[in-house]
Amino acid sequence: MNIVVAIKHIPSLADELEVNDEGTNLDYDMVDFVLNEFDEQAIEQAVLVKEASGGAVTVVGVDVIEELDGVLHTALAKGADKAVKIVGDLEPGIDSHTHARWLADAIKEMDADIILTGVQAADDLDGQIGPMLAAHLDMPYLGVVTGVEVAHRVATLYKEYAGGMMGKYAVSLPLVVGVQAATKPPRYAPISKIRQIAKTAVIEEIEVDDDGPGAAVMLRKMSPPVSTGHANMLPGDAEAVAEKIIAIIKERGLL
Amino acid sequence: MSNDIFVVTECLDGKVSDISYEMVGKAKELAAASGGQAVAVMLGSDMAEQAGTFASDATIYVDDPALAHFNPEAYGKVVEALAAARSPRLTMFGSTSMGMDMAAWLSVKAERPLIAYVNSLSAEGDELVATSQVYAGKMAAECVPEGESAIVTVLAGAFSVEAGQGGMAVEQIAAPVPLDGLKTRFVEMIMPAAGDIDITAQEKLVAVGRGIGSEDNVELAEELAEALDAAVAASRPITDAGWLPKTRQVGKSGLAVKPKLYLMLGISGAPEHLEGMKDSSLIIAINTDENAPIFDVAHYGTTEDLFDVAEAMLELLE
Amino acid sequence: MDAGLDKVDAIFEKETAIIDGVDISGPWNRMFKERVIWEYTPELIDKVADLPGGESFAWCYQCAKCIPVCPVDMVGNYGPRKLYRMAQTGTDLHKSEELWLCTTCANCLRVCKKVVDMVQIMPAVREQAVLDGNVPEELQKAFEDTAKFGNPLGQGQRKRAAWTKKSDVPVPIMKKHGQPVDVLWYVGSYPSYHPRGIDAALAAARIFNALGIDFGILGPEEKDDGDTQRLAGESGLFEMLAEHNIAMFNKYEWNTLVVTGPHELNAFKKEYPKLGFDRSALHYTQFLVQHLDQLKPMLKHEIKATVTFHDPCYLGRHHGEYDAPRELLRAIPGLELVEMGRCRENGYCCGGGGGGMWLDSFTQNHTTMRLSERRVLEAVAYGAEILAVCCPFEVSRFEDAAKSTGNDQLKVLDILELLDQSMRG
Ligand SMILES: Cc1cc2nc3c(=O)[nH]c(=O)nc-3n(C[C@H](O)[C@H](O)[C@H](O)COP(=O)(O)OP(=O)(O)OC[C@H]3O[C@@H](n4cnc5c(N)ncnc54)[C@H](O)[C@@H]3O)c2cc1C
Ligand code: SF4
Ligand code: SF4
Repeated sequence: MNIVVAIKHIPSLADELEVNDEGTNLDYDMVDFVLNEFDEQAIEQAVLVKEASGGAVTVVGVDVIEELDGVLHTALAKGADKAVKIVGDLEPGIDSHTHARWLADAIKEMDADIILTGVQAADDLDGQIGPMLAAHLDMPYLGVVTGVEVAHRVATLYKEYAGGMMGKYAVSLPLVVGVQAATKPPRYAPISKIRQIAKTAVIEEIEVDDDGPGAAVMLRKMSPPVSTGHANMLPGDAEAVAEKIIAIIKERGLL
Repeated sequence: MSNDIFVVTECLDGKVSDISYEMVGKAKELAAASGGQAVAVMLGSDMAEQAGTFASDATIYVDDPALAHFNPEAYGKVVEALAAARSPRLTMFGSTSMGMDMAAWLSVKAERPLIAYVNSLSAEGDELVATSQVYAGKMAAECVPEGESAIVTVLAGAFSVEAGQGGMAVEQIAAPVPLDGLKTRFVEMIMPAAGDIDITAQEKLVAVGRGIGSEDNVELAEELAEALDAAVAASRPITDAGWLPKTRQVGKSGLAVKPKLYLMLGISGAPEHLEGMKDSSLIIAINTDENAPIFDVAHYGTTEDLFDVAEAMLELLE
Repeated sequence: MDAGLDKVDAIFEKETAIIDGVDISGPWNRMFKERVIWEYTPELIDKVADLPGGESFAWCYQCAKCIPVCPVDMVGNYGPRKLYRMAQTGTDLHKSEELWLCTTCANCLRVCKKVVDMVQIMPAVREQAVLDGNVPEELQKAFEDTAKFGNPLGQGQRKRAAWTKKSDVPVPIMKKHGQPVDVLWYVGSYPSYHPRGIDAALAAARIFNALGIDFGILGPEEKDDGDTQRLAGESGLFEMLAEHNIAMFNKYEWNTLVVTGPHELNAFKKEYPKLGFDRSALHYTQFLVQHLDQLKPMLKHEIKATVTFHDPCYLGRHHGEYDAPRELLRAIPGLELVEMGRCRENGYCCGGGGGGMWLDSFTQNHTTMRLSERRVLEAVAYGAEILAVCCPFEVSRFEDAAKSTGNDQLKVLDILELLDQSMRG
């Protein structure tokens, strides 16, 4: 079974994000990139599926800032078998549509039986890549999945809904899965192992040049939400405060 | 291209989700401004009744046994066909387990731009302006989709529920595309298991800290949580003392949670606690110490006594 | 595992026992229960001793000197002798939860005639456990955060110098400073990110400025020293961080390397040299004590309080420095220094070393109370109003322990904060 994991390298939220001088996008010089946390879950789920049902795991991502190697080496250390990076004369800020188009083109060559990817990423301004991959590859998609089992070319998937409800689905291969959480928390890859792999691993490269259609969304303005750095203090006595708290909760549609 | 706005509504376990009404309300407002109709689209089987609860200008209800439960493959095909036939100017999905499975797929299939994580929508002349809460809400991105027709996924709680509730005649149709040969099969719905709850999976948490004073008082927090349909979480001293099980501990050496509501009763906001809850969407802190560090992180706060506030809230909720 | 019970259970006595006509009923016939001293194999001991660094495990001759000094035993059931015995009777330390309880405080080593060295044994076995994927979750999170962000608190690398914005005195950052400095101050992760650590860092900056010291920090170019991660079994992570920090140290011109924390001192003095770093380092107490004559007249304001001092394991036992912190404390007017019973060479461990900092809940399941809580109770028993510390792990640990033991009145302050208070009033 060919298990493919499509990943995204995205700006780290551990830093304060800053906007560029025009106020139209992030100042990419001021951010570090990390692997999308849901993709980390997807990698774990892929390795779990391989361990349970056999197969080989290929991890593929777009090397946006030429720093994807570390992520791919980590994936290999966790049990992936092959790493592929999509390279070119790239600039950060590549939208999900372009990501998905390039990833789908790469995956078409991989004879994939099951494609796993993070259910979403923090930079998915123009949507999640999982369903887009499914559209490009003409495969079914199921997202917000928290468990994957494969037997007899059928994947059994558990999809999370609100209120703790869980839908069980059976989908025949091939398909694309948007992973919310792997069945087990992602395993740890010791750095010595990653460094060992970094010395020997060969990462396959696929060249792209940016010409196809993208998100078709114009970003007019990007700004951090106004934050006072301090809680908005509710005035009045306990009753007034209680009333206000309930109003705020209702306002958010939480009651 | 019509000036209509499609709202792809959703039902979970036979009940219409609030997000559907929220979107319908907003769609009505936008459609009124641009001279189109707000069209609620509902997919299901034997759900005509639920389909009649929207305040939309029109409601299309597609009835087919294959649509009885959410199935992205079947639902996607139907929505794609409807959108192709009626060319709405905007198609709205919830940024939910269902909406997220369809929106991006449709965006590629129908070659229409998509804006995700939207919490604000307006029309500026002919242009549609959407604000996306990207980077987990750390940035607000104001976007304009190119072309004549767009798709958005809308965050829950962004718009009013009431504005979308009402009753309209429903146009019931059969599936516009054949729904046989599906590769995706819904098997069953698994209800949450009884027993101790998983606080990481809760939308709403009432968290208690040392300010609660004694084990007996934890009951007050539990009552409040029940009234809010929330679960009880705690800071470490509370689980240390055995007043609540260890599985309720939030923080560095406990669990990391990201609920939509984190209501804190008597928690000071030590960094080890913050580590586990700072990404919650709405944090309300009740703490008598005006200098408590939690007020640097909470969205709303009060220095009233937690017992007074909790009891007043309970009374109001009853 | 209830330590107390276990110990009592191991003793028994017959109510009536008459042997050869002599009545030895009751306490007269008190005996230890029969112990299993046969039918063991040395394999599990060898499994540890065969590892580089694990050799001394096999040297234990079960004298038990180490047990009463082991801080974990005091709140549980632990110590080298017991670990050896467990290995003898079938416990595979590689897989046992016991593996993670040792804080590498080195108190056992101090008394062991056979030089059984847990400071070497623990990282050796833990490294194998980490490679096998047996890492407690909390610890794994700290490893991951350190690998991703360069610090175990999971904060952004670019924010590492953000605390300097709060400083009312200049804190030069080497990259921008653009000139050599006399003192390169390695701030460390907790003083850079933890709010209470930042308080100490701000105090240090003021003291350095008042003394007219020509200093600079690496800021965003500094990463965690990694030594505690190494002791917790992540040697690869340690090497990666060490290579980075060494490169940064070598990038700039400076005369003296001063560190805020004892763990960093250990890293730079004992471990980095193995990777080619050939310069020494000073703990801030050692550095400031050299400036005591200049500092003393600046300590104008009295701090009228009974203060006790907690010796950090990695400053005291590991590096033999007991006096510098005490001299600084004594220089503060009004301050009365009292010693706790467990001080200096026999100082109690706060529980944060060797990875304990990131195993709070895990350790809790094996002990009757946290080591930090045990220590706070001792400080209170000696009448201390302030518990003075000089390790950035400790402020958060003890402050929390003071609360959790109901001793909110006990203040926990870094010596830096005390000096700063005395300077400024
Ligand atoms: C290594 C380590 C790991 C840790 N891990 C965790 C962890 O995972 N989770 C965690 O929570 N902590 C953790 N801690 C402990 C943490 O440092 C704090 O001690 C703890 O979070 C404090 O809990 P608290 O806020 O409930 O108590 P306190 O800090 O004592 O705060 C109680 C608050 O209640 C307020 N209050 C009192 N009475 C009232 C009233 N009537 N009405 C309103 N407010 C009132 C007070 O003003 C005060 O601010 C850890 C500590 C360490 C050292
Ligand atoms: S002191 Fe040394 S020899 Fe004696 S029991 Fe402890 S480890 Fe063994
Ligand atoms: S190093 Fe310290 S904690 Fe570890 S066994 Fe020895 S005395 Fe106990």
